[in-house]
Amino acid sequence: MAAKNPAQTPNVSAEELLGYYREMLLIRRFEEKAGQLYGMGLIGGFCHLYIGQEAVVVGLEACTKEGDKRITSYRDHGHMLACGMDAKGVMAELTGREGGYSNGKGGSMHMFSKEKHFYGGHGIVGAQVPLGAGLAFSDKYRGNDNVTFAYFGDGASNQGQVYETYNMAELWDLPVVFVIENNQYAMGTSMKRSTKSTTLYGRGAAYGIAGEEVDGMSVLAVKEAGERAVAHCRAGKGPYILEVKTYRYRGHSMSDPAKYRTREEVQKMKEERDPIEQIRSILLTGSHASEDDLKAIDKEIKDIVNESAEFAKTSPEPDLSELWTDIYA
Amino acid sequence: MAIEILMPALSPTMEEGTLAKWLVKEGDTVKSGDILAEIETDKATMEFEAVDEGVIGKILVAAGTEGVKVNTAIAILAGEGEDVSAAQAAAAAPAPAAAPAASSAPVAPAAPATPVANTTPDWPEGTEVRQQTVREALRDAMAEEMRRDPDVFLMGEEVGEYQGAYKISQGMLEEFGAKRVIDTPITEMGFAGIATGAAFGGLKPIVEFMTFNFAMQAVDHIVNSAAKTLYMSGGQMGAPMVFRGPNGAAARVGAQHSQDYAAWYAQIPGLKVVMPYTAADYKGLMKSAIRDPNPVIFLENEILYGKSFDVPVLDDFTIPLGKARIARAGTDVTIISFGIGMTYAMDAAEKLAADGINAEVIDLRSLRPLDYDTVLASVMKTNRCVTVEEGWPVASIGNHLSAYIMTHAFDYLDAPVLNCTGKDVPMPYAANLEKHALLTTDEVIAAVRQVTYR
Repeated sequence: MAAKNPAQTPNVSAEELLGYYREMLLIRRFEEKAGQLYGMGLIGGFCHLYIGQEAVVVGLEACTKEGDKRITSYRDHGHMLACGMDAKGVMAELTGREGGYSNGKGGSMHMFSKEKHFYGGHGIVGAQVPLGAGLAFSDKYRGNDNVTFAYFGDGASNQGQVYETYNMAELWDLPVVFVIENNQYAMGTSMKRSTKSTTLYGRGAAYGIAGEEVDGMSVLAVKEAGERAVAHCRAGKGPYILEVKTYRYRGHSMSDPAKYRTREEVQKMKEERDPIEQIRSILLTGSHASEDDLKAIDKEIKDIVNESAEFAKTSPEPDLSELWTDIYA
Repeated sequence: MAIEILMPALSPTMEEGTLAKWLVKEGDTVKSGDILAEIETDKATMEFEAVDEGVIGKILVAAGTEGVKVNTAIAILAGEGEDVSAAQAAAAAPAPAAAPAASSAPVAPAAPATPVANTTPDWPEGTEVRQQTVREALRDAMAEEMRRDPDVFLMGEEVGEYQGAYKISQGMLEEFGAKRVIDTPITEMGFAGIATGAAFGGLKPIVEFMTFNFAMQAVDHIVNSAAKTLYMSGGQMGAPMVFRGPNGAAARVGAQHSQDYAAWYAQIPGLKVVMPYTAADYKGLMKSAIRDPNPVIFLENEILYGKSFDVPVLDDFTIPLGKARIARAGTDVTIISFGIGMTYAMDAAEKLAADGINAEVIDLRSLRPLDYDTVLASVMKTNRCVTVEEGWPVASIGNHLSAYIMTHAFDYLDAPVLNCTGKDVPMPYAANLEKHALLTTDEVIAAVRQVTYR
């Protein structure tokens, strides 16, 4: 898999490049701040950061249109920011406050936005795959051409329900893009220690589903593959699999020391393949933006993230009456 | 502005740790993502990364220090061109929010106002009724709702071309077509998940499990996905859907196909649970279940499918979820049951009447929400209670009712509440053993005699 040379990728304007840079940077700075707030005890429980994987969701969100749906696992902060959810509401959910997207009742792993068609945020590994196919089922039932993005990891790829879903999604031509975010480690277990069938995109072939491998460190490569997948689904040809090779810089969750891989491996990824640095370099070498332009974006992002942290610290805890609401509609 | 770098919490339970090693020294420039130090928690050694950019002004806690409390300042980070000494005076970071004030424990129930049974008749007096089987009533209920609302569809194994494994969906494929009567592969977890996702997307699925025994394969989606999403989303989205199918023992099918799940599902907040007995209840409650905006578990019974009851002839007959039915009025003892348990309860009541014991029989119909008022009003009148269900004895619906009655009507009881249940064994195959594993009318009669001392 050769990393695509972005300079040769047509159909991407300087404005779009700047947009990707901005979105990826927002996710990274947001996640760093979340890590910091976790360290301060302001965020509790499990907290799974998306740092390193930013290009996946930003590249795919660039392929969406209004009404498209997305659903993912518990590593969900990036997906929410990329689909336009407000950083303040996401951060305040992490701190369990009234201003959070779920009024503090969902937490890091369970967040939703009906308005942005973001269907969670699911804590059970693999559960979002049939749920995502079900969202696609609802669009097909209604006869529109919307597409659902069902994100899951290499770890979830070994859950049986993924294959039950592949079977029915293809049987019923459901408009769902199965996005396997292959960051190579299912918590602490590397791919090669969990399966001999390591070409995950190829596993759909048994059910007749087309799939491809994508360089998940390149937002442009992700977008290009995403456009193919979306066109396939919108045309009523059924599901499509994208195995996006990515890498998480941090541990599985905040309490994971990540001793199952070397510091050098992580360092090499950061130095040679970082998705944000790649775009930054294209912007500067192609004279699409100046250092000052990028600094202004950095500053803007920093302000958004700081504002979200401030909001998340000052928003009150939910009223105790919230304990008893939203159990039944 | 100078920033204090604080000792981080690196696990959900960490309160203090050892600052094992610094990987930067005073004067070093750091940017976000750089590893600053290694910190030992109770479980592991973790790398600690910088969030902000700046120059390490001062290291406040030396490498090797043990028992460093979370949120202690361990170093000072100075901004570009900033005086480090000023940095040391930086204000302490805000402390984490205080824990919420302890709420009053919801243990002691408020003294209840005198409970009153809702005795509104299920249909107006004088309404024409006709005999219908449970099977026909169920099909009519689903078909009527599918005519009424295009978002309702039926999905499951053999519901379409085969006309239903138990012929519940007979004729529905012909009327509604394959778009709305959907045959699935044998893949309970998968189609329960897909249906739940479709419900998130605004449709109103009816999921048929060929039997509820197979729903164990799908229970994660029923409980974790369908029941909890409304709560976890702060009320933004939920799963308006019905999971239905035969539940409990049939006949001679052995342990894996003979189990009553009433108590399992009744435990889950976010689910509604219905287990009817009569054909009228099957019809009226199924129509309400389909219209309900929450996930409803609709527990049917194979043996009852062919049984006929009076069903009112009405254009749109519904029964609200959560309303019990007084199946037989009486004065001497309250027998509470639901589903096929009603067969034994009613049989026992008739036989007891011949001996001069006048039992009141309550058919709960809904297990969640449960009509506590009707239960309490009856027990306060009869002062005695026997519960009857086919399921196992441990953590049964009867156990729950006993506790509830004890808590809310202790002074009214003249005898302990007794629970009649199935035996605490997997269902055997041999005919004689199976008969003994199941509940019997004689057991209900014996329990009533015990609580009435007669």
